[in-house]
Amino acid sequence: MSPLAIINRAKERSLDIIGVTDHNSTLMAPIIKEIGEREGVYVLCGAEVTTIEEVHILAFVDGSKALTQLQEYLNRYLMKVPNNPDIFGYQLVVNESEEVLYQEENLLIGAIEQSLDEVERFVHSLGGIFIPAHIDKASNSLLSQLGFLPPDLSVDALEFSANCKVDSFIKNNAYLIGNSFICSSDAHYIEDVGRCSTLLEMNSISFESIKEAVKRSGLENLILT
Amino acid sequence: MKLKEIKEKLDLKVFSGESELDKEVIGGYTSDLLSDVMGHANEGQLWITLQTHKNVMGVASLKDLAGIILVKGFTPDADTVALSKSEGIPILGTEMEAFELSGKLYNLLN
Repeated sequence: MSPLAIINRAKERSLDIIGVTDHNSTLMAPIIKEIGEREGVYVLCGAEVTTIEEVHILAFVDGSKALTQLQEYLNRYLMKVPNNPDIFGYQLVVNESEEVLYQEENLLIGAIEQSLDEVERFVHSLGGIFIPAHIDKASNSLLSQLGFLPPDLSVDALEFSANCKVDSFIKNNAYLIGNSFICSSDAHYIEDVGRCSTLLEMNSISFESIKEAVKRSGLENLILT
Repeated sequence: MKLKEIKEKLDLKVFSGESELDKEVIGGYTSDLLSDVMGHANEGQLWITLQTHKNVMGVASLKDLAGIILVKGFTPDADTVALSKSEGIPILGTEMEAFELSGKLYNLLN
């Protein structure tokens, strides 16, 4: 998915805010954010972090300094397993003109050597947003890996995937009521951008107002097609 | 020990790779965390797991594993079988749980 295509698609789908969360990498986010600023789409920068338990976490931080710190954290703890591009594809960072700036040699689909709690503490220490991803999915979710939401895990919201049957899911996991919820596309292909979304209420768009809105977002805010 | 001999001695079912059973098996690795296998498994090992999705084949290929044994009667997804054929990495199965299978495989190899 090229940076320009992502922003164009977001505009087509009337998305005011998108989050960029590559697996264990923040490197594409600033490039997409710059285009977004020009085109009127607010880009939340972060990564989809894979904890040592193989739980996927959406981590967003504010500003280039915090983003650099998050990237350094990922560099430090990512398990160093060389990628085989024939099997898993090339892991490239490209600019707006789709020229290759960098190739990541280590497998980004592996895990980082940090637990759920450690990632939560780190992300919050940067003033960031910590959201367990696609909790309804059968793989790489809080529920698939642990079986439950740990009562002492400080989450800002829980994310549903685009395919989630929310009513029956909540019925089967009633103890989750009282948490905040969002829904997002987890798009790995351009046509999936915006396949579901969340309506967040705020006076003006900023990282802090998004964070506050996410923490208040209920089931009624979910837009599932 | 050849995978064929292991298959016979442990009475394993073969889901795919019937023609690849002549491989030499040098050990085993028991884990359901793909990242763990990515980081720590070795070439020539048999991977014992309950994960049936196609990413296990990607990992098995990456690490040049001798094969995968699915436990507890689990069966591989169709696209896992397809990848198994193109990668030449057999998928076998058993009704045994991981603990018992690992113990028996360990005894066979040591």
